[in-house]
Amino acid sequence: MAISFEVNGQKKSVDVDPKTPLLWVLRDTLNLTGTKYGCGIAACGACTVHIDGEPARSCSYPVSGVAGKKVTTIEGLSSDRSHPVQEAWIIEQVPQCGYCQSGQIMTAVAFLKKNPSPTPAQVDEAMSNNICRCGTAQRIRAAILRAADLAGNSKPAAGGGAQ
Amino acid sequence: MSVTGTLSRRTLIKTGLQGSAVAGAALVIGFDVAARAQEPEKKVAINPLKAWLRVDQNGKITLIYSKSEMGQGVSTSLPMILADELGVDWKDIRVEHGELDPALGDQGTGGSGSVADMWLPLRQAGAAAREMLIGAAAQRWNVSPETCTAKGGAVWHGDEKLSYAELVPAAAQLPVPAFDKVRLKSPDEFEYIGKSLPRTDIPPKVDGSAVFGLDVRVPGMVYAVVARCPVFGGKVKKLDASEAKALKGVIDVFEIPAVAEGVHSAGGVVVVAETTYIAMEGRKLLAIEWDNGPGAAESSETLRRQFRKLVDSSMKVVLNQGNTEQAISNAPPEKKIEVDYELPFQAHAAMEPLNCTMHIQSDRAEAWAASQSPNLVQGVIQTLTGLPPEKIQVHTTFMGGAFGRRYQWDFPTEAAQIAKRVNKPVQLVWSREDDMMHDFYRPASYHRMSGALDADGNITGWRHKYTSTSIAEMFDPKASPESSEVGLTTQIPYLTKSYRLEYLPAKSVVPRAWWRSVEASVIGFVMESFIDELARAGKVDPYEFRLRLIGGPREVNDALNPKERPLETARLKGVLQLAADKGDWGKTLPAGQGRGIACHYSFHTYVANLVEVAVNKGAVKVNRVVSAVDLGTAVNPNGIHAQIESAIIYGLTAALKSQITIQGGRVEQSNFNKFTTLSMKETPKIEVYIVPSTAAPTGIGEPALPPTAPALTNAIFAATGKRIRRLPIQPGDLA
Repeated sequence: MAISFEVNGQKKSVDVDPKTPLLWVLRDTLNLTGTKYGCGIAACGACTVHIDGEPARSCSYPVSGVAGKKVTTIEGLSSDRSHPVQEAWIIEQVPQCGYCQSGQIMTAVAFLKKNPSPTPAQVDEAMSNNICRCGTAQRIRAAILRAADLAGNSKPAAGGGAQ
Repeated sequence: MSVTGTLSRRTLIKTGLQGSAVAGAALVIGFDVAARAQEPEKKVAINPLKAWLRVDQNGKITLIYSKSEMGQGVSTSLPMILADELGVDWKDIRVEHGELDPALGDQGTGGSGSVADMWLPLRQAGAAAREMLIGAAAQRWNVSPETCTAKGGAVWHGDEKLSYAELVPAAAQLPVPAFDKVRLKSPDEFEYIGKSLPRTDIPPKVDGSAVFGLDVRVPGMVYAVVARCPVFGGKVKKLDASEAKALKGVIDVFEIPAVAEGVHSAGGVVVVAETTYIAMEGRKLLAIEWDNGPGAAESSETLRRQFRKLVDSSMKVVLNQGNTEQAISNAPPEKKIEVDYELPFQAHAAMEPLNCTMHIQSDRAEAWAASQSPNLVQGVIQTLTGLPPEKIQVHTTFMGGAFGRRYQWDFPTEAAQIAKRVNKPVQLVWSREDDMMHDFYRPASYHRMSGALDADGNITGWRHKYTSTSIAEMFDPKASPESSEVGLTTQIPYLTKSYRLEYLPAKSVVPRAWWRSVEASVIGFVMESFIDELARAGKVDPYEFRLRLIGGPREVNDALNPKERPLETARLKGVLQLAADKGDWGKTLPAGQGRGIACHYSFHTYVANLVEVAVNKGAVKVNRVVSAVDLGTAVNPNGIHAQIESAIIYGLTAALKSQITIQGGRVEQSNFNKFTTLSMKETPKIEVYIVPSTAAPTGIGEPALPPTAPALTNAIFAATGKRIRRLPIQPGDLA
């Protein structure tokens, strides 16, 4: 039975086992490979997307659950890397290998929507369930504070990641 | 050095594919990159590297090089180096990399060597091209080359200029100057080298467009997973695949054998399906009875007992300088210490699980691999299919972390076994559990350290009894098992009147290999903890103790490999002093807090780390890390800072969080819920200081890791008086 939902503003209908995690539907069926597989148990956050604006770990979210809903993936954030969080990520030179960064960015975007001018401690709390093995946490923290700044919600002091 | 004045067959093909105007002349310079490898047993396997520099008729500059991008920023730093010598804007250099070509030789990326290997040959090639372009311009103007300068992609004579594009046809006809005769620019002429420039690989990593191994999509492709025996060395005894085969979307189920020699792939049962998820679901439906084999008897506890028995025994003497036994036995009890250190297996746990996409046809093969060694991927396919190398095309994708794991060729071997049968493009996917339970782990090790001091606080005896699950023993039975393990224990920078190193390998079924910073991750902890303990035994400040025992400027040779580059004590002292200075060594901290320092030399780079911790009711909080680094010329400080931060976090995770333990011959941790990593709120502020230098650049991906754990545990000692001798730190250790 086909399951219909919206991805990045486009209507999609997929005919798969309804238990299939959204992650694999995005990657294997819809060819949206920006969302990453990291652990499969919602422990690392690499697969984070937005479902009706809320962050969700798509590796552990059955596709049946998104029927009729709006899914946003990293590809849908902007057409030209112009989202303030993407811009901040480039300014602070965050990614190394880059594999976890789609999930980090999607988590950060959802967090900033709820808390547009966070303190560093709030950033730490919000981002502590996303894993990065390259150790980019310090730069992610700086980038989120900078993104808040770019979006006009500044609180002082994004430390420089890129010297 | 090989030189061609016209386009090679490959570049012709490339130009054609890109729809560029045509072939005509182009200035093409090929250059060898000297082979280097950390691991003695790999030295034989690695061929000289080659790279190509091409300036075409449109003035377009292409650097075709062998190093893969795994987040270390090499696709930015190499163009910077070339741009300075060639006199062009660094952004105008297009890079092509990763695609395998026999002409490029080995394309391995590892050993912290991407920039260090390329530095001189790349500059020489750039300078040679510059001199040829100047030569062509000088001929055109009928002036002396000395009166011309090259900058901004053009040659200048007074106000006259000729662009490189205009000069290429004539320049390509000129003889290529000998690389050792070309004039290299002096550091004050550098426009880019030494500047923090934004990494070119970053933009595609913020919008999901960067293609990693798992993101490869080929028309008609299918997906495969393998059920491997969770016990190392085990195999399939009985298989019932009927339920798996009945699952809609499952295409095929079959067994593949383990490949023992050199490869160490586990073998198992393959499930091929239309999607990754169906393949994984199909695997769950397999009814497999395993023959676990003798490996099932091994556990972390049995290994630990074996370790202790070995260090209690008489071991192989690797180095024996002076009379260590006597120095230690003669020292009064208050002037000597004997302590044991233990380090566990560690998984690489790169964020992108292993994978490999392959299409094997009767007359050709193609592979897409996030591999640190595309040559090994090609070799694997060649071995399995008998196809000649020129019929095997290997594409290297972005790598979602590597840390040494992607140098292995077990996963390409499995992919080739599968692709050979499937006759379609097939993507082999390892789940996180597969990745964590079938890694090649950083060896576990055990060290008994004995030391003695005289009345003046000099070290009179230093004995290191060392056992580990040797890497060399696993990959090369002919190599001495300690060759992969000893690291800086054969090149210690501290003055001691006698020194003795003993080693014996422990038996283990657990696969192990190169992990970030390899044996230095072990030796750094042991040596820098021990020197701290000796300082405390002598009741002196551990920083001052180090300075005194490093002594005056001298060169320390590797006792086993005297031809290796010597350690320069002045540079080690330099980073130690810089870290202490920037890290406020000696300034008072509140109760329950402490500072620790440690230094180490690895990959020809000198690093000292200073750590500040607070210990509260047994819980460790790292507040600050100060890192001082001497890596010669800092090509792109932005990238260097990132690599240092990265290595420190990786090292802190291994000291505070992660480990791999064995029970019943299998790994107990299968995912990030058990193999935990440092979270953002646990991540300290990291400050990086680079020693200004004009020396040739040395490695930076790994060397900041080894001094991290000991600086941390030394800080914990300063805060609490408790000495951590076994990593990772356990919750009860400081209670």
